[in-house]
Amino acid sequence: MAEKPVRVLVGKVGLDGHDRGAKVVAQALRDAGMEVIYTGLRQTPEQIVETALQEDVQVIGLSILSGAHMQLLPPVLEMLHEQESHDIIVIVGGIIPKEDVVYLKENGVAEVFSPGSSTEEIVEFIKQKVGGNY
Amino acid sequence: MNDKNNREEMSRAKQAWEDKVNKATGKYPERKEFKLDSGLEVKTVYDPLNMEGFDYLEQLNWPGEYPFTRGIQPTMYRGRLWTMRQYAGFGSAEETNERFRYLLDQGQTGLSVAFDLPTQIGYDSDHPLARGEVGKVGVAVDSLADMEILMDKIPLEQVSTSMTINAPAAVLLAMYMAVAEKQGIPKEELKGTIQNDILKEYVARGTYIFPPRESMRLVIDIFDFAGEKIPNWNTISISGYHIREAGSTAVQEVAFTLGNAIAYVEAAREAGLEVDRFAPRLSFFFNAHSNFFEEVAKFRAARRIWARLMKDRFGAKNPRSMMLRFHTQTAGCTLTAQQPDVNLMRVAFQALSAVLGGTQSLHTNSRDEALALPSEQSVLLALRTQQVIAHEIGVTDTADPLGGSYYIEELTDHIEREANRYLEKIDEIGGAVKAIEAGFIQQEIQASAYRYQKEIEEQKRIVVGVNRYNESGEQPIDLLKMDPATSRRQIERLKEVRLSRNQGEVATALQDLRKAAQGEDNLMPYILAAVKAYATLGEICGALRDVFGEYQQHVHL
Repeated sequence: MAEKPVRVLVGKVGLDGHDRGAKVVAQALRDAGMEVIYTGLRQTPEQIVETALQEDVQVIGLSILSGAHMQLLPPVLEMLHEQESHDIIVIVGGIIPKEDVVYLKENGVAEVFSPGSSTEEIVEFIKQKVGGNY
Repeated sequence: MNDKNNREEMSRAKQAWEDKVNKATGKYPERKEFKLDSGLEVKTVYDPLNMEGFDYLEQLNWPGEYPFTRGIQPTMYRGRLWTMRQYAGFGSAEETNERFRYLLDQGQTGLSVAFDLPTQIGYDSDHPLARGEVGKVGVAVDSLADMEILMDKIPLEQVSTSMTINAPAAVLLAMYMAVAEKQGIPKEELKGTIQNDILKEYVARGTYIFPPRESMRLVIDIFDFAGEKIPNWNTISISGYHIREAGSTAVQEVAFTLGNAIAYVEAAREAGLEVDRFAPRLSFFFNAHSNFFEEVAKFRAARRIWARLMKDRFGAKNPRSMMLRFHTQTAGCTLTAQQPDVNLMRVAFQALSAVLGGTQSLHTNSRDEALALPSEQSVLLALRTQQVIAHEIGVTDTADPLGGSYYIEELTDHIEREANRYLEKIDEIGGAVKAIEAGFIQQEIQASAYRYQKEIEEQKRIVVGVNRYNESGEQPIDLLKMDPATSRRQIERLKEVRLSRNQGEVATALQDLRKAAQGEDNLMPYILAAVKAYATLGEICGALRDVFGEYQQHVHL
């Protein structure tokens, strides 16, 4: 049986308008055969979780460069936890200081991709993480 | 470009040389394909044979003369250097005021205000959507009270102030005018710029509020009002910077910026403004990216296209309407988080291209900006970079020193030609607003951004420290730490302001604004009245949201 494609939500959380990275990643994931739902700008944590559940995604990729990640990412993680959606993998891209990376990874973010990361790394990471579910 | 040798003789010599080169490259192939982002193949060398029929007066002329290819002032930097203007702002108005005064003490000559995202999108600091964003990417300004602190002890009659504010530009301009009035400075003396370029927000920067038509009305209201009341104010800074940061090529940066500019000029004319009344106050903002010569040529080409557009298409008579004056910022997207000190070199080369391209003002990025907002030490180095270019290396001694270089002139022609091709396409679609609504501009930028990333991943484009020479594991410099209490303090001040003002006056001002927005009056006087009554930014933008509605982004992927 052919593998079902991985479904990924790529989202911009908060008021940050820098969407170059999010769009490039979305396109790269699509080129790698994944199904990508891109939210566009200005999503609240609530909207992200709601869309993720509705769209039945296995991965949420959040992009944020405004420095609001410590206020906006934990609510996403908490809501996923409350919904018992532990199987959804959350990855993050943007400008995130080292100490915040440590905190986020301790609290449910699977990986943080900093400036300079390649789309290939991200594709490989998702395949590896989700691969086991199929 | 004229040569005493005749053409045939030169062609023969060139042929012989080419045969030699071909033989050599047959044995020892060149390192790679040499191409510009816009697809132009770069030749081994440029020579006068490529420039047959070149018309100096038509294409270049002297600096300060139409079409201003060589610069807008006759003596360029021999008279006056560019304005050194570092974009700054973070946390509270107090902190930013302190940074401003530090920069002025260090020899900076103009201010450039960065606002936080809630301010840029017209929300007060206590709005639910402002969660986590207060004071982060810039300073939080909720009301006139904050602007008073921000500009405290700064001589507004001496410095020029640039404000990166778009959707709520009218409100922040009104606040600045109100502060100047309180400081007793005549309006006519105010110098500065508001970005006020809403069209690029829809395609590249993302801080839109209202739909395009209503936003255009606000832009034109400012042209009209400022032209009369604050004649030395730049009413807009039409920005390619963010278009380039979003991933466009140099050609697209010029084309989409000028495409937007055409849309503003047409909208202003439709509103009944005469072109020579508002066009002299239009200003521009470009990116200085890494391909050095392409960037120099880009600035020169932009000036030439604009001059011709204004003269031929819009019938401008005043030469000032035809002069493209611009600010430049080095390319933030080229900064690397890896080996951040290397960014100092990137910034210096980029800044040099802006100076050789004839910029009127310049922001140099700091080495640590791929990691955080810049520290004071990093900002100082960035400013010092400009001062070295200005005073030590001789590039300011003569106007347009690269003019007449075979390569530069051919690149300038190329960029002009390709940008004009895009402008024709935008005209066919029905103008920039329609092209944005159709997603054309966004898709073009997105395709270039994706290609750029692929080239890095395929090692066709080398980024030092990222995809090559990336072994060293050095760790940076002290990064700027944000004070976590800023948001709380800002919200407290906002609440105090809301309690201490004359509520009746605020309610009336907002009601008047709402009514005016439903009609056709110029909105600036109403906004100014509301600001002076200490209505907050969120309240003023809220009143306009009630009438205008909000823009819903269409995602084109």
